[in-house]
Amino acid sequence: MDFPGGKVRFTSEMEFISGNSETRVPCFRVLDQYGRLLNNVDFEQVSEEAAVKIYANMVTLQMMDVILYEAQRQGRISFYLTSMGEEAINIASAAALSDDDVVLPQYREHGVLLWRGFTMQEFANQLMGNRFDYGKGRQMPIHYGSNKHNYVTISSPIATQLPQAVGIAYSLKMDKKNACAVTYIGDGGTSEGDFHAGLNFAAVTESPVLFICRNNGWAISTHISEQFRSDGVVVKGRAYGIPSIRVDGNDALAVYTAVKRAREIAIEKHTPILIEAMTYRVGHHSTSDDSTKYRPINEIEYWKTARNPVSKFRNWVESNGWWSDEAEAELRTRVRKQLLQAIQNAEKTEKPPLRELFADVYDVPPANLQDQEAELREAIKRHLEDYPSDVPV
Amino acid sequence: MASALRRLGSAAARRGLSTACEDTKKSLFQLPQAGGKSSNLCSAINQALHIALESDPRSYLFGEDVSFGGVFRCTTGLADRYGKSRVFNTPLCEQGIVGFGIGLAAMGNRAIAEIQFADYIFPAFDQIVNEASKFRYRSGNQFNCGGLTIRAPYGAVGHGGHYHSQSPEAFFCHVPGIKVVIPRSPRQAKGLLLSCIRDPNPVVFFEPKAIEEVPEEDYMLPLSEAEVIREGSDITVVGWGAQLSIMEQACAGAEKEGISCELIDLKTLIPWDKETVEASVRKTGRLLISHEAPVTGGFGAEISASIVERCFLRLEAPVARICGLDTPFPLVFEPFYMPTKNKILDAIKATVNY
Repeated sequence: MDFPGGKVRFTSEMEFISGNSETRVPCFRVLDQYGRLLNNVDFEQVSEEAAVKIYANMVTLQMMDVILYEAQRQGRISFYLTSMGEEAINIASAAALSDDDVVLPQYREHGVLLWRGFTMQEFANQLMGNRFDYGKGRQMPIHYGSNKHNYVTISSPIATQLPQAVGIAYSLKMDKKNACAVTYIGDGGTSEGDFHAGLNFAAVTESPVLFICRNNGWAISTHISEQFRSDGVVVKGRAYGIPSIRVDGNDALAVYTAVKRAREIAIEKHTPILIEAMTYRVGHHSTSDDSTKYRPINEIEYWKTARNPVSKFRNWVESNGWWSDEAEAELRTRVRKQLLQAIQNAEKTEKPPLRELFADVYDVPPANLQDQEAELREAIKRHLEDYPSDVPV
Repeated sequence: MASALRRLGSAAARRGLSTACEDTKKSLFQLPQAGGKSSNLCSAINQALHIALESDPRSYLFGEDVSFGGVFRCTTGLADRYGKSRVFNTPLCEQGIVGFGIGLAAMGNRAIAEIQFADYIFPAFDQIVNEASKFRYRSGNQFNCGGLTIRAPYGAVGHGGHYHSQSPEAFFCHVPGIKVVIPRSPRQAKGLLLSCIRDPNPVVFFEPKAIEEVPEEDYMLPLSEAEVIREGSDITVVGWGAQLSIMEQACAGAEKEGISCELIDLKTLIPWDKETVEASVRKTGRLLISHEAPVTGGFGAEISASIVERCFLRLEAPVARICGLDTPFPLVFEPFYMPTKNKILDAIKATVNY
């Protein structure tokens, strides 16, 4: 009789399997460093319309990040974080999904929401926490969520979304939907216990979930050499019995291809898939960080320019005759105007009313919250000056 | 009993469950009169789970070892009847169990997650506190995981030691957004569990171990409503779960000495029914709370503080708490650690004679 795990070949060779292979897992790419199509690559073709849409969204995302980062610096919003350097991962992965796929982000994937149609105004409203924020002013900026876009609300704790994505995927499978769950995580997040929990549950429950890891080299100031000693993240899939791939996260076509195919396999075969997208976090971790304190400025500059995913993809799009300097200028002007207007509108809009402090803790406010609201309203009457005037009571 | 049923009846008029199944609405909040079979707590739980899975095809039950019936036999027969895709074992990972359950519930399913012992719930604490409890609020009510119910056996068993005896309810009572429910008996457990499963908020349900008759029907008992299970006039005695049977013995002992005790089962710890406890203390002027969990920072402290706020001038004596010691739950020393019937009875007498 075999051991409980099944038949296994015996050996008389006493040998430890090395912790790392001699060669690293190769990284799939379609375009070279300059955006030129490599020869004999099997990739998912994109039409001119699709390519232009992907590119325009990458530019829009990039501009959003620049302008909103600045807005925080000017004191107009309290906090922001960018996805600079990761525009291809954001937009190309989103483009490869269907709108019915349920997305559980970490927090650096606002490009996915942008792709799905979240407007500049909707972004600005959340950043300002005004009364049009779908989150009702309850969370910090960048904690977006939108049920109509199948984008589950962001929470700050790292990796908690991974096992949740499995539950969502399992539900989609049981309801026989032509959809999967897609969840994102950074390199740092893969050290959390929830990464292990999520991948193991996904494999055992045979759930259609894509785990997309943005390996951007940094978890705030912690370089990946201090995060793990494995060959990155892709090799961890095998530990759970999960098919995995490493892709060039700065190559929009490679990301698009990998995600599109992974999605099909996940749904058809009821399996999770792990995608490690290699990239670099060009921006600081957030507006509360200055990454020049822990990494060389010339390293940041290099990735910002020579390895920029947006310009790489632009080169390819232009090489097909699908884009021009005029189109670029028009796009940038339009986006800038739209965004600045959205910020202005959002700033002028009042905050959600006080009752939103107490609503939605439960489906219906229990007695203790009703009492507390009544007491608070008395306190406000006595000391109006203690309270911000832009929150209607 | 009759007054308890009247109270249940009026509760039905005030509250409705937004996700209650249609065919159970007619039996909302009625504790069936007809006797059932004698059951222990786990078979009462088993009945509730059968009903829950039968009445909603989009309900799931999962956790460690639930498939063969569970280490307490609470889940026997369920995998066979409802299939392995609805009732299944999970890997040994509490944070995964609860995280997975949150995801299932977020899609509108009822997710009944079992934690094998309450002592092992702590790896899931982040998912419960930071995720489940805030899921609706942080999303502006665009998303919710109200269909999630986390069940865990809890409390002293006589030989459980540090890690098979804990009463961790106080940790969870400090978390806005979840409910914490603890039944005192099998009959209560079945009705309360069905209410928890059908309640549109995530619930943590701690199960004690006991034996009594349980009606066979589908019935629900209201959440956030305390029950006066013994009327009295000299002192109000409040508890939950397994401790109530000890407190009942103490009340019987007090009665022999001419002290009339009013015994209240809190049932739901958050949100808790302050009105019922307050009304009782206004009548008696005295309060004693008892729980197995350690006294410092235990939920008795919250009850005491709230009632003192509301009833200060009415109180004839300090609020008494007869609880576990501030130690890890010991093995050989369990009889010394526990809040016994005599410790409670002594405190009742001291409070009345204050």
